[in-house]
Amino acid sequence: MSAFADQLLVLVMLINLVMLGTSRLLFCIRAVALQGVILGILPGLIHPISGHLIGITAVIILAKGVVIPYLISDAVRKAHIRHEVEPYLGYVPTLLLGAVFTALSFAFAETLPLAPEHKDLLFIPASIATLLTGFLLLTTRRKAISQVIGYLVMENGIFVFGLLLSEAMPVMVEAGALLDLLVGIFVMGIVINHISREFSSIDTSRMRTLKEE
Amino acid sequence: MIDILIHCALALLMPPLLLGVIAKTKAAFAGRVGAPYFQPYYDLIKLFRKGSVFSVTTTWVFRAGPVITLAATLIAALLVPLGRHAAPVSFSGDMILFAYLFGLSRFFTTIAALDTGSSFEGMGAAREVTFSCLAEPTLFFALITLARMSKSLTLSTILTHPTPANWLTAGASMLLLVGALFITLLAENSRIPFDDPTTHLELTMIHEAMVLDHSGPAFGIILYGAALKLFVLGAVFANIALPVATGNSFADWGIFIASMLGLAVTIGVVESVMARLRLVRIPQLLVGATILSAFAMLLVLR
Repeated sequence: MSAFADQLLVLVMLINLVMLGTSRLLFCIRAVALQGVILGILPGLIHPISGHLIGITAVIILAKGVVIPYLISDAVRKAHIRHEVEPYLGYVPTLLLGAVFTALSFAFAETLPLAPEHKDLLFIPASIATLLTGFLLLTTRRKAISQVIGYLVMENGIFVFGLLLSEAMPVMVEAGALLDLLVGIFVMGIVINHISREFSSIDTSRMRTLKEE
Repeated sequence: MIDILIHCALALLMPPLLLGVIAKTKAAFAGRVGAPYFQPYYDLIKLFRKGSVFSVTTTWVFRAGPVITLAATLIAALLVPLGRHAAPVSFSGDMILFAYLFGLSRFFTTIAALDTGSSFEGMGAAREVTFSCLAEPTLFFALITLARMSKSLTLSTILTHPTPANWLTAGASMLLLVGALFITLLAENSRIPFDDPTTHLELTMIHEAMVLDHSGPAFGIILYGAALKLFVLGAVFANIALPVATGNSFADWGIFIASMLGLAVTIGVVESVMARLRLVRIPQLLVGATILSAFAMLLVLR
């Protein structure tokens, strides 16, 4: 089963690169939704099946795969934006940076003192690579929505890391994190709508001009 | 011995048929009858019977271009194993020779294009080198990955190494390699979405723009060389994507021929359903392919 989990984690890392390379926001949102669904399937593959496992799988798929993407794409539609124009760093450079970060996360995961049964799995490199991809999206994109997506990707990375520790992690913590995320996205969606209504642009680099003269 | 003869016969005779199959597939998609499968052969025969016209501004480089290109591609065809049979010529490290034979042929195609002094051909040459220098790392990453898997530097061993068992253990990286190599195959052979081989507008062409001044037999050699290149890179791709070996030599040849024809149909389908990319998007896709193959290497090295 862990071999199949590894293939899924490869897919997660590929989705990271896809998100770095695309300029279409709706496509990016769909990619993050797919990543969420894959993350929802993963716990079922590495842990024995139980009632609370099925519950958490359903909740994760619902939240990360359906509700959050719906909220973001709703915000995108209301704000009338389809493309991320002029990111701080172009798509090809960010894509290359993402590949370098993925390679570095493999190198870094080698040096970590992991439990022997986790040594050969892809969880740690995938988690660090996803985290770094989130950072890249957060720092190189201008639009507030892209930054929300970056934040989501970062959370996905942390979630992958948490999968290895989930024996020690109670359900409540995971559920709480998920709820925080949901509320965060909800608030951001409202904020983005307000920004776009007031200022006809959600380009965060123009935020400095908000102050009164 | 028989295998070597079949290898040479296939490499020499089969390439134009692939072009015919691609054209027929595209015609079927467009609802036309299309030219016969053997049309590329008729075209080649027609071109070889014609006389040549050489511009007075050109030098020997222009005449040498097509010949050297074809010669380099023919040597590459001897290095690559077809089906599950070892290549006629193989030695340790021939994968690097294989990659740079294509580099050599590209160099002479571009320098012959520059030799004419035509601005369109210069433009085509500039595009060709730009895109191929982005496509080359993909081929190398793929070869390095396979070399690492098979623990050998010989092309024959590397390319006959992938087996169904291999696919099961290293499925993810094999899948990445196949994707990356298919993109490279299309880019190296100037197919859609990178270049439209049937376009007749100099401004948008890449490979065809470089050979505008060649005529008669020289142009025939170029067309044949391009078909052979498609055949050789297609054989590399087929070896990795369809790793079936029956053990029976003749059955393996049959499987190989069928898989090459299948590949030609696939290329025809891709060309029918896709539009040519804008020139500025091409580097993005090529860099994406490079990253796919680099990622495959990372997974194997781990």
